Amino acid sequence: MRTRLTRGELLRRGAAGTALLALPSLFVGCGGGSGDAGGGDELKTVLNFSNWPYYMDTKGKRHPTLDQFTAATGIKVNYFEDVNSNDEYFAKVQGPLSQGNGIGRDILVATDNSRFPILYVSQGWVRELDKELIPNISNLVDAQASPPFDPERTYSLPWLSGMTGIAWNEDLTGPVTSISQLLEDPKLKGKVTMLSEMGDSVGVVMADAGDDPSAATDDSFDRAIQKVQAAVDSGQIRRFTGNDYAQPLANGDLAACVAWSGDVASLVADNPKLKWAVPEKGGIIWTDNMLIPTGGSVATASTYMNFVYDPKIAAQIAVGTGYISSVKGVKEEAVKLDPDSASNVLIFPDDALLAQLSQNDPAMLGNEEYITKWQAVLGQ
Amino acid sequence: MAGSTGPVGGGGFFHRHPRVTPYLLLAPGALWLAVFFLVPLAFLGYQSLQSGIFPTFEFTWEFSNFSDAFTDYREQLLRSFLYAGIATVACLLLAYPLVYWIAFRAGPWRNLFLLFIVAPFFVTYLIRTLAWLNILADEGPVVGLLRGINVLDDDGRLLATTFAVVSGITYNFFPFMALPLYVSLEQIDGRLLEAAKDLYASPAQAFLRVTLPLSAPGIVAGTLLTFIPAAGDFINAELLGTPKQQMIGNVIQAKFLESLDYPTAASLSFVLVAAILVALLFYAKIVGTEKLTG
Repeated sequence: MRTRLTRGELLRRGAAGTALLALPSLFVGCGGGSGDAGGGDELKTVLNFSNWPYYMDTKGKRHPTLDQFTAATGIKVNYFEDVNSNDEYFAKVQGPLSQGNGIGRDILVATDNSRFPILYVSQGWVRELDKELIPNISNLVDAQASPPFDPERTYSLPWLSGMTGIAWNEDLTGPVTSISQLLEDPKLKGKVTMLSEMGDSVGVVMADAGDDPSAATDDSFDRAIQKVQAAVDSGQIRRFTGNDYAQPLANGDLAACVAWSGDVASLVADNPKLKWAVPEKGGIIWTDNMLIPTGGSVATASTYMNFVYDPKIAAQIAVGTGYISSVKGVKEEAVKLDPDSASNVLIFPDDALLAQLSQNDPAMLGNEEYITKWQAVLGQ
Repeated sequence: MAGSTGPVGGGGFFHRHPRVTPYLLLAPGALWLAVFFLVPLAFLGYQSLQSGIFPTFEFTWEFSNFSDAFTDYREQLLRSFLYAGIATVACLLLAYPLVYWIAFRAGPWRNLFLLFIVAPFFVTYLIRTLAWLNILADEGPVVGLLRGINVLDDDGRLLATTFAVVSGITYNFFPFMALPLYVSLEQIDGRLLEAAKDLYASPAQAFLRVTLPLSAPGIVAGTLLTFIPAAGDFINAELLGTPKQQMIGNVIQAKFLESLDYPTAASLSFVLVAAILVALLFYAKIVGTEKLTG
């Protein structure tokens, strides 16, 4: 509804004298933010939230922090675990968003080691946060205050962060400490998977070669691609996966794989034989970002974001999922909640660990030629 | 239908315009095809001639999309036809004796056995394929047995191999072969076989000269219903294969949903349709068109 009004206004303005030829660019600019800076819409009674699976604190079939949010604000949450891959989620919603229509969601998440946060923002398919409703934004850690795709945090706030490294099953192999070992050790042949997300897999291979994943060049990218291709050709790599490495790793089809830190943190509870480590030459750190898509309620979404930026709530989510929070003071709260988790460096990485991690080069993630080369490695 | 139960005016209309009736009956189907087949097909055609990168595609009569699609993905295209072909033959060889037995020997249990063929397919396609991940798992019972009897090496496996992908396709499309075959076998008049016997045909001769030709429409229908969707399948290669088993369906899926390269995806879809049509024409030429229509 809201969008239609905005488009109507633009059309009137166009008719009133702006050159008709300028209209297309106005359309592009429209959702881009000038139209609907913060506030403006009403608080709703329901929040629709799209997120990845296993990405919210869980107790039985309930999500305690969502229940607390409803108790505190009266806003019910429809929580959808319908993001299984950044690419596929984007492909699904880009149709309606490009028409200026909503997608029935007030918040979605997108990972910064894909090209999608940039696309959502540059296409004007997300709405500005209402920072007046988010006083807790002052709790955002400094390191996350100014990402390249949204330097002022106008449209986004971090949900959780995680690391890309190596997981292995101790029943089948000793420690797998480097990506070279993962891709070349004959003992692991055919029992290795990598992630199909380019940023994760190419990033760790670049780091392994001594190249900087945060500043990719054609040479360093091609070196990484060749290394992965060689491992595919030799049969070392069995498949490329999303979250679905978890099951085969636990039941022994896989000896080792490129994996996300928090997944393994939660798997270890049932499978103490599973280990995870940052590769010796470095791993990747990434952050999922909450965004308000066109048609979403800014007031409702901003109210929720404020709620999860309370360190007490953020601590429950971080401890419950095994991923890293971007909220200041969360560790202090986690100590009160669960001292064991509070000392887990995978959830609360220390400086030594952070020094081993790089962020992917945004230019690499959006490079069409690189994407095509990566798809060819996947056999596609 | 147009008679006593319909509104009086309607009945009158159909009586007065008898030649219009077939067209009116045709209209819903034709409309359905136009809206849900022709329009998307035209849009796909439009998209296949665009150029540019997401999100700014422009229509530029980019015919090179087609030649590029063919040259860049020839391997996956050929592989799709190879896998679909093997799976179709395997389905035929497995299904024929089975449904033959059901049609001629199962007597009153026929419907029960048919239900057994169809029952697994009450479960969704994806879940059925995922089940194979567990059945064929490296540490699972099947691989354990095959290793025990030395069919597989100690580090041999079934998952993530060509064998797993082709087997998955064979399994998933089996009823599309079995059911048309059953229908054609079940219709065969038993007296024809008796007559063959009376004329001193051996059982093999009777099968080759009576049963097989009479079941040909079922074979043709079954092979088409199996081969066409199998050639475009991507789930089996995705879940049971490796990058070396990717089929054309995987490429199209990835181009549409992962690379967001819509023009290439659209042109690949057309290349696949065209390739299937060419294969069908050859097939029709060989078996004769009257068998295609039964």
